[in-house]
Amino acid sequence: MTDNRIKTHPVLDVPEKEIISFFWNKTKLEAKKDEMISSALFANHIKIFGHHHKDGSAQGIFCANGQCAKCAVIADGVPVKACMTAVREGLKVESGEGLPKLPDVVEPPKISNVEQVHTDVLIIGGGPAGLSAALQLEENRIHVILVDDKEELGGKLVLQTHKFFGSVEDSHAGMRGMDIGRLLAQKVETSTYIDVWKKSTVLYVFDDKKVGVLKDGVYKIVTPRLILNAAGAREKFLRFKGNSLSGVYGAGAFQTLVNRDFIKPTEKLFIVGGGNVGIIAGYHALQAGIKVVGLCEAMPQCGGYKVHEDKLRRLGVPIYTSHSIVSANGKESVSSVTIAEIDKNFEVIDGTHKTFECDTILIAVGLESVSEFTEEAGSAGIPIFSAGDAAEIAEASSAMFNGKIAGLKIVRYFNPDAKEIPASWYEKADILKSHPGPVQELIAMADEDGIFPVIHCKQEIPCNPCSTVCPEGSIKMQGDPVKGRPLFDGQCQGCMKCLSICPGLAITLVDYRKDKNNPVVFLPYEISTIEVKKDDRINLVDVDGNPLGIYPVLGVKATKESNRTQVVRVRMPKDIAKKAVAFTVQDREVTEPLTHEIPADHIRDDEVVCLCERVTAGEIRALVKKGVTDVNQIKAVTRMGMGPCGSKTCANLMAQIFRAEKIQQEDIVQNVRRPLYIEVPLGKFADGGQS
Amino acid sequence: MKSYDVIIVGAGSVGVPTALSLARNKVKVLVIDAFASPGQGQNKKAIGGIRATHSDKGKINTCKRSIEIFSTWKELHGDDIGWIQNGYSFPAYTDRDEKKLKDLMKIQKSFDLNINWLSPREYEALVPGINMENLRGATYSPEDGSASPLLAINAFYFKSLEYGAEYKFREHVQAITISSETEINVKTDKGDYTAAKVITAAGNFARDIGRMIGLDIPVVPDSHEGAITEPVERFFGPMIVDLRPSEDPATEDSANFYFYQNNEGQVIFCLTPSHLIKGTASEATSVFLPQVAKRMVALFPKLANLKVRRTWRGQYPMTPDGFPIVGATREYPNFINAVGMCGQGYMLGPGLGEVLTRIVTCGLTKDDIEVLSHFDLYRDFTGAEQFK
Repeated sequence: MTDNRIKTHPVLDVPEKEIISFFWNKTKLEAKKDEMISSALFANHIKIFGHHHKDGSAQGIFCANGQCAKCAVIADGVPVKACMTAVREGLKVESGEGLPKLPDVVEPPKISNVEQVHTDVLIIGGGPAGLSAALQLEENRIHVILVDDKEELGGKLVLQTHKFFGSVEDSHAGMRGMDIGRLLAQKVETSTYIDVWKKSTVLYVFDDKKVGVLKDGVYKIVTPRLILNAAGAREKFLRFKGNSLSGVYGAGAFQTLVNRDFIKPTEKLFIVGGGNVGIIAGYHALQAGIKVVGLCEAMPQCGGYKVHEDKLRRLGVPIYTSHSIVSANGKESVSSVTIAEIDKNFEVIDGTHKTFECDTILIAVGLESVSEFTEEAGSAGIPIFSAGDAAEIAEASSAMFNGKIAGLKIVRYFNPDAKEIPASWYEKADILKSHPGPVQELIAMADEDGIFPVIHCKQEIPCNPCSTVCPEGSIKMQGDPVKGRPLFDGQCQGCMKCLSICPGLAITLVDYRKDKNNPVVFLPYEISTIEVKKDDRINLVDVDGNPLGIYPVLGVKATKESNRTQVVRVRMPKDIAKKAVAFTVQDREVTEPLTHEIPADHIRDDEVVCLCERVTAGEIRALVKKGVTDVNQIKAVTRMGMGPCGSKTCANLMAQIFRAEKIQQEDIVQNVRRPLYIEVPLGKFADGGQS
Repeated sequence: MKSYDVIIVGAGSVGVPTALSLARNKVKVLVIDAFASPGQGQNKKAIGGIRATHSDKGKINTCKRSIEIFSTWKELHGDDIGWIQNGYSFPAYTDRDEKKLKDLMKIQKSFDLNINWLSPREYEALVPGINMENLRGATYSPEDGSASPLLAINAFYFKSLEYGAEYKFREHVQAITISSETEINVKTDKGDYTAAKVITAAGNFARDIGRMIGLDIPVVPDSHEGAITEPVERFFGPMIVDLRPSEDPATEDSANFYFYQNNEGQVIFCLTPSHLIKGTASEATSVFLPQVAKRMVALFPKLANLKVRRTWRGQYPMTPDGFPIVGATREYPNFINAVGMCGQGYMLGPGLGEVLTRIVTCGLTKDDIEVLSHFDLYRDFTGAEQFK
């Protein structure tokens, strides 16, 4: 059996890494040096890491981010999180079966004092918002400690292989997210006033105005004068039958496995949620050579940008709007998914059920701000600002810009004489976070002469690189210079710059110069791992993915300037030349529903709300029906929220149950949140690394 | 106005089991609490230890009865409240502690308590991996135990509802008016209630409630922080109480600390600061974890690898001498105190609930009268509890 690794990627360079060996339940396996245990196991086709001590349910990857403990394994005798622990040569990894055994210690533990550190500003999170804010503080010589839990700065930017929306001027639009992330990271890491603490997690903002930080494995107590919460967002989860099967997880975990660790965690993927996160995850999957069976969205329209959605449809991924997931089916791991159409009250319509074979279901049903640091700092009386998703959920382009504003606000907090923040910045910030406008029809261009771009951009979104890049200045935004829709009007040199910079892959060039009746169309293409070459016959599609016929390829070219976007040339009749945008890469069979019945024992009859403590919706509903509306009491009786993740996942599901039971908002009492943000070995508090 | 036989102020460690006992004895009872559900004050902050091995007859007798109630609950009522009979142990590492513990053991044995002195080797068998350096031995009382405060109070609560107890949550008591020896009015922000008797089981707020009728009840809360770890396979037996004070210039001095492994396999621990932090603030501080961790891994090195999951801060509603205040007041015989539990309300509650029921139903036994003499509001409070 071959390993589950991504060998080539159309956008990312797959790094060469030393091969080492480790043991999984006594079997010798290969791993790449320094990769996380979870990735090494996935590479070896191992997706079940153990079984829960309460009910024996299969456990595996869920957050891939150190936030839960679903991936717990035993490494050299010590219980650890597989997603946060690097594999080493000869490491003996065992599955987590039931309660782990606490290992004996060989040497007496070290005991020393914890270091106390002072700083002007503590920035929590090194993503687009935190980095942008830090750079403003650097410029104003204000001392910063920037804490980030990853090995590499940039937050989720570094996992984004697609080109970015937003404006070129304010948020590097047109560059790929990962390149923007590295650019910001590099500036921050070469700064003077910013101390960067990578692989570090903020555990709590304590009442005595001190912040506990686990800095690369060593506990530190930081006293900041001010905190910026730029900790981003976490994904919401969903209640449905089988939601705790191995193979059900979030789009964030998926991006980490695929785009950071170069693991192919699935053969056949289904996605729940048609926001940008879900749609882009589908695109990333196709780039990684993973089959995408479909995507369902409960609303009648996807919430993500139309150009992202179209990109996915065109490649051959069906999008089921007004559809909800009914169940994930399987014994321990997902083997299929059942969806159904829903009416306007979100009730399932009988007879509309469809079941698809898949091994993984991604949940991408929205994000919620990581707000606890803001609340804790407020309660402790430390001045607190927030930026990026921690302040308000929006695109990374918006996070970069409002991070910059937050940075300057902090400068003004310390120095009221510092320059004022221009009013235009706030307007720009509003534009960058604006939601997509309604879908509009394209204005058909009358010209059938020379060469010019056809811009298949049907919706107002904050995105303007095409207008910025045109050397003739022929692409103009209608209305707002960032948010308006682009219109071509003027001369075209045929330079292809607009085609290659468009994040939506929605611009083609049509060239009538040689043959007016059979013009050559230049199509952008980004999945070079599914190779397209001269004379291949491809299924052309229009902007919505409707077929236009099969035509041969004249040639394929990738220029250095095009930033890993290929240009595919196809000659086609003039009646479809301005309609063609792309071609399908995924076979129709991949997306066909199953025709046979799912075995009864593959369908669970209850939904799990608290994955850590295995609390079902049924248990919680029974208490709510008894009149219990204090979440603290539900927690006390059921243990919901008492697990390692600290109700990061179930809080939102609990809210859904209250809504479904029609409990009034004022009757609900939220549970009290307590430290720690993640679990930390006791020994880390006993030894401040100063012994 | 709705009238009751008894109104209990406070649905916590004492109020809820008392309501259960009263309702079971057909007393019409209402419990009023400012929080939204039972046990949301200090009950949920308790770590869950239950022992009868105290130093006075009041607490010993009361907790003996509590242990019976906790330990037979599952058998009698079906729901698991996490009871385990894991015992308590007090290891001694100094001459002073050894002497103190052995002296106390004599008193405890005189009350027929099952408590014994273990040699270092015997103790190591119970707590494999404990630091043996300078260990002189330990007391061990195998009949003590632990149960989940969260599960227990909810079990008591739901059972009391079955017997007809009533509860008003999210109501703040604003005034108490004593009209006669058989009528007291309780006014909250949401309603007025009347009863023949009022029991205050108001925990941290005992003094505030007393003031409403002009009594000064000497209860002052001070803060203690606690924490719980991930669950692991059972690796030691009893509650461990380390009596030694610690002088740590890096953090702050601390007095004793204690921990045990509960029915879920999680270790719960708590530390007594040597400088009392008065008040009812409940937010965790940065001091606690480094302070307690150093002491715990020095005593029991194996704990270094155990992951801390959650930490919190709660209060001991303290009296000047460390003993509770329980009983009818001289000024108002129908106003009854059940306060000042000094951090032991959870283990005292079920036993006290029955004594309080007998106060209400005028059925006090000779033993009860002796128990209550230890908890008298009118004592001089100059004595001191041997260990709290």
